[in-house]
Amino acid sequence: MKALSQKRRHPLAAIALLLMGLLITGGLYAVATTVNEAKASTTTFSANDAEEGGKLFAANCATCHGMGGSGSQDGPSLVGVGAASVDFQVGTGRMPMQMNGPQALEKPVQFNDEQTHQLAAYVASLGAGPAIPEESLLDEGGDAAAGGELFRTNCAMCHNAAAAGGALTRGKFAPALEDTSGKHIYEAMVTGPQNMPVFSDSNITPEGKRDIITFLKQIETSGSPGGAELGSLGPVAEGLFVWIAGLGVIIAFTIWLTSRTS
Amino acid sequence: MSAASTAEPAFVAKTKTGRFTDFVDARVGGSGILREFGRKVFPDHWSFMFGEVALYSFVILLLSGTFLTFFFDPSMAETHYDGSYVPLKGVEMSVAYNSSLDISFDVRGGLFMRQVHHWAALLFVASIAVHMLRVFFTGAFRRPREMNWVVGSVLLILAMAAGFTGYSLPDDLLSGNGLRIIDGVIKSIPIVGTYISFFLFGGEFPGTAIIGRLYMLHILLVPALILLMIVLHLFMVVVHKHTQYPGPGRNDNNVVGYPLGPVYAAKAGGFFFIVFGVLALMAGFFTINPIWNYGPYDPSPVSAGTQPDWYIGFVDGALRLMPGTLGDWQVEQNWFGFVFSFNVLLPALVPAGILFTVMFMYPWIERWITKDDREHHVLDRPRNAPTRTAIGMAGFVWYCVMWAAAGSDLIATHFGVSLNDVTYWLRTLFIIGPIIAFIVTKRVALALQRKDREIALHGRETGRIVRLPHGEFIEVHAPLDEYKRYKLVGFESPEVLPAVPNEHGVVTRKEKRRAFLSKWFFEDRVAPATPAELEAAHGHGHAAVEAPEEAKSLSH
Repeated sequence: MKALSQKRRHPLAAIALLLMGLLITGGLYAVATTVNEAKASTTTFSANDAEEGGKLFAANCATCHGMGGSGSQDGPSLVGVGAASVDFQVGTGRMPMQMNGPQALEKPVQFNDEQTHQLAAYVASLGAGPAIPEESLLDEGGDAAAGGELFRTNCAMCHNAAAAGGALTRGKFAPALEDTSGKHIYEAMVTGPQNMPVFSDSNITPEGKRDIITFLKQIETSGSPGGAELGSLGPVAEGLFVWIAGLGVIIAFTIWLTSRTS
Repeated sequence: MSAASTAEPAFVAKTKTGRFTDFVDARVGGSGILREFGRKVFPDHWSFMFGEVALYSFVILLLSGTFLTFFFDPSMAETHYDGSYVPLKGVEMSVAYNSSLDISFDVRGGLFMRQVHHWAALLFVASIAVHMLRVFFTGAFRRPREMNWVVGSVLLILAMAAGFTGYSLPDDLLSGNGLRIIDGVIKSIPIVGTYISFFLFGGEFPGTAIIGRLYMLHILLVPALILLMIVLHLFMVVVHKHTQYPGPGRNDNNVVGYPLGPVYAAKAGGFFFIVFGVLALMAGFFTINPIWNYGPYDPSPVSAGTQPDWYIGFVDGALRLMPGTLGDWQVEQNWFGFVFSFNVLLPALVPAGILFTVMFMYPWIERWITKDDREHHVLDRPRNAPTRTAIGMAGFVWYCVMWAAAGSDLIATHFGVSLNDVTYWLRTLFIIGPIIAFIVTKRVALALQRKDREIALHGRETGRIVRLPHGEFIEVHAPLDEYKRYKLVGFESPEVLPAVPNEHGVVTRKEKRRAFLSKWFFEDRVAPATPAELEAAHGHGHAAVEAPEEAKSLSH
């Protein structure tokens, strides 16, 4: 206690206090949100996925996509989009959409795996469409080099060669692919969500898609051999870094070197 | 004869080292050189060290670059990668890219050296740019240093050339895209463009010759020219002596500072290692140009976020800003059966052309307007040359708008705005940005000058409010000490020079233009406080301090 009372007028005391406050608030918030999530994942179970999915759909999706997924002025018809589409859109939190905008943004997932599965089952029952891919295509056991070539030819112009994402027109963008699961990458390729084109099986074979996923997972896990990646954004980030950090440090040194004389 | 030689016995050093040194000195005259150079005086200011940073970066570039040449093979022959980077195993690529990957993954210390080289290149051009800004804004390009300004500008262009030729060497997707843009720019030149492109690439793009040719330029011609220019540049620095910031006791006939030896030389030598250390740390901890991410060059794929290194960015940005139509006019025209790609030609060459032309000519432009042909060794504080500072800022902002445009896609994704809006805003700023910058800078400079004048005349506000016996409140102003006041009043303030007739008694049109520009430069100048004004403000004389200022103000 004595040490505390001695240190309380230390110049860094205010900063330490602020840090402590932030850590506590942040910690409490994190605990509170995980408690919520845990609750959400222990709700409804049902024997008939499509039937339960239909109820979920009517409650959460039909406002825009219409009863029976037939579409409305506010949202497209979902007949024939397939289970893969639902699994991607709902599974990455893009649907239900938070607000209208250039494109649906990723956000915390609103449905648990069971509910997503039920919704997918319902939408798949509306009409034939791409199915959720089999595990064998997602095992990351393909040819990374071939996948890299496919990626650079077909994907890099929007997603960037290092999969760091890129801008499209009028506020749309291709997201960075880091932390995207192999299943969602595969589903995105077969369904073409948002502004992405569809890469059908005749376009890129299922094995090719497997190679692409293998490549993406490999560059994600292999780390950066050259040190901090600076966002994998290329020369813009490098230029910014050399001007601000590089030149900044050098200027600090020049001031130090010349500070002792007039 | 023998008597003369015995009268002055030859000096014999006592120690072995001494004898050795004496032997060398007697043959190359080192001590004379050292005496001359060791006593050269350099003024001390942090902003004078950017040229040194550029020089040291260049030395580091030579060292790290030599290392890289041991392992780099500039061949465009095709091969299949068989090195240690798994995601590229078996991929078909050029030998150049293969050897770049080997340097990165299979040569001990290779990746570090590559990153040192690339970071040093970025720092090299950046320090040149900052050095030039310092020279411009302090008026250090005035007589006698106009030629050295030109040599420095040539160095900037050569540094960009060195950077660009180096950027293209690894033959990865990123650099190949950059070369493709250069190819497009060359081809947009009317009539000769396609021929130049064919000669440069040895046939249709990309051909099999370009990497080897760029390599020769990069390691031989451009560095040799840079070295030559550096020698000229430093020679002229020695001849002209260094400039100095204004201050008491400093004038155009002296240099106030520290002699080169020993302290300054030690500092400069130490500074080399500081720069080297900073670059080594950057290279050790921050990746630059991860060529393994980009894959081998192939003309079909183009990656998002493809940009050149920062110093070419402004050209790329200008290309991005160029609209395809101006009103109803298609910028790409088909005349006499030939395509004229003004949509590429204009943005690629015109802004850079304007920037460099004005940059090269500026010393002469200002000299013509001011008719100032005197030698200047005392620098201007930027605020004391408001119009020049404003012109500089206008150019700087114009450059920065184009520079920012090169990263328009990243601005859009990282700030969550529409790419189109970013382009529209930057197009607008391309036109009005320099104008706003000019006006704002000039107003700020004039305001700062007025503040200086106010402080010189009335002293510094202390914040102490005193109530006098009869009830009046006054704020106590503390008078400045003489050294500080000198800085605020001891500057040159050129006045408007009206047009004068030539020897035939005619006011030429050119002279009228000059007079107009002179008016534009200096009509709203803020004159420094004169000794008489100071006298009146203080009510007591400072004759000793103000005498030189009086002499100065009489000289115009």
